[in-house]
Amino acid sequence: MGLFTELKDSISRVTDRLFSEQEPKRIGIYGPPNAGKTTLANRIARDWTGDAIGAESHVPHETRRARRKENVEIERDGKTVTIDIVDTPGVTTKVDYEEFTDEMDEEDAIRRSREATEGVAEAMHWLREDVDGVIYVLDSAEDPITQVNTMLIGIIESRDLPVLIFANKTDLEESSVKRIEDAFPQHTTIPLSAKEGNNMEEVYGKIAEYFG
Amino acid sequence: MPKATNADDSDPSDGVQIDLISGERMDGMATMEKIRMILDGVHDGNIVVLEEGLTPDEESRLIEVTMAEISPDEFNGIEIETYPKSETRDSSLLGRIMGTDQTETKLTVIGPANQIETLHKDETLISALVSRN
Repeated sequence: MGLFTELKDSISRVTDRLFSEQEPKRIGIYGPPNAGKTTLANRIARDWTGDAIGAESHVPHETRRARRKENVEIERDGKTVTIDIVDTPGVTTKVDYEEFTDEMDEEDAIRRSREATEGVAEAMHWLREDVDGVIYVLDSAEDPITQVNTMLIGIIESRDLPVLIFANKTDLEESSVKRIEDAFPQHTTIPLSAKEGNNMEEVYGKIAEYFG
Repeated sequence: MPKATNADDSDPSDGVQIDLISGERMDGMATMEKIRMILDGVHDGNIVVLEEGLTPDEESRLIEVTMAEISPDEFNGIEIETYPKSETRDSSLLGRIMGTDQTETKLTVIGPANQIETLHKDETLISALVSRN
């Protein structure tokens, strides 16, 4: 082995070690309620660590506190990227406990709404202080142009955080990925179905590319 | 700090009060002063219209503080719609080139979620249907 090659290998080993000793990036999964954030977080966590993060449900605000899965190692093209996934409650500007009374008694509905408001406040605080990048999950069967989405994307952009938009629920007939691409053309949109596990290879490739 | 309310003593049950707040009034305020003024108005059942909206950071704090104030049967949050000011008309060329233009003036409408039946926005119009409760 020549001197040059040895030197190059030595530098490469040092930089690899430096990279591996970096703190994992904290990637917040944000989006409106019921977009499938926890389903995606669980899919990623199960695929790379074997464990889920939290319960999934069709009832809005099932995730009421931010939950973190640390040291999720994603391997792509021979390179490993390590991230902490933070699954956050769906961001909204209003929470009405009466929305939950069809599914549970009033006392539980009130408790759920209180926990949800605390969770959203916490998620907003974390967005300002504690995340290094954002995965923004949208239900591709719903209209993406809502005030909350526009506001959240604006807040994320103002903080210069790297963001990937995931157009989830492509398994639904009404799904339109183009509607999301057209709404936020300044960002990369990746279609997927977290529930069915569709297009997860591209999802992991993009996570490694953006957050590695 | 003076609240943005009517000077007269009209009974609020007579109708819905709309507070149109100028950019000039907001200029000298700290973030939490702005948020307090907005939420005090909304708690009173008013519709608050900001000539110049909030920065993204202020918007995120508005959501955070709103969440802290939601309580069952009393206040269930806000409806908010915003028009960004047209970049081509309002940003200075230098500001756009340098990426330093922070004067993103935008009209913002905020109201109590339990009183705003619909808050709809299209390209040139924000339309709110407000109930008196």
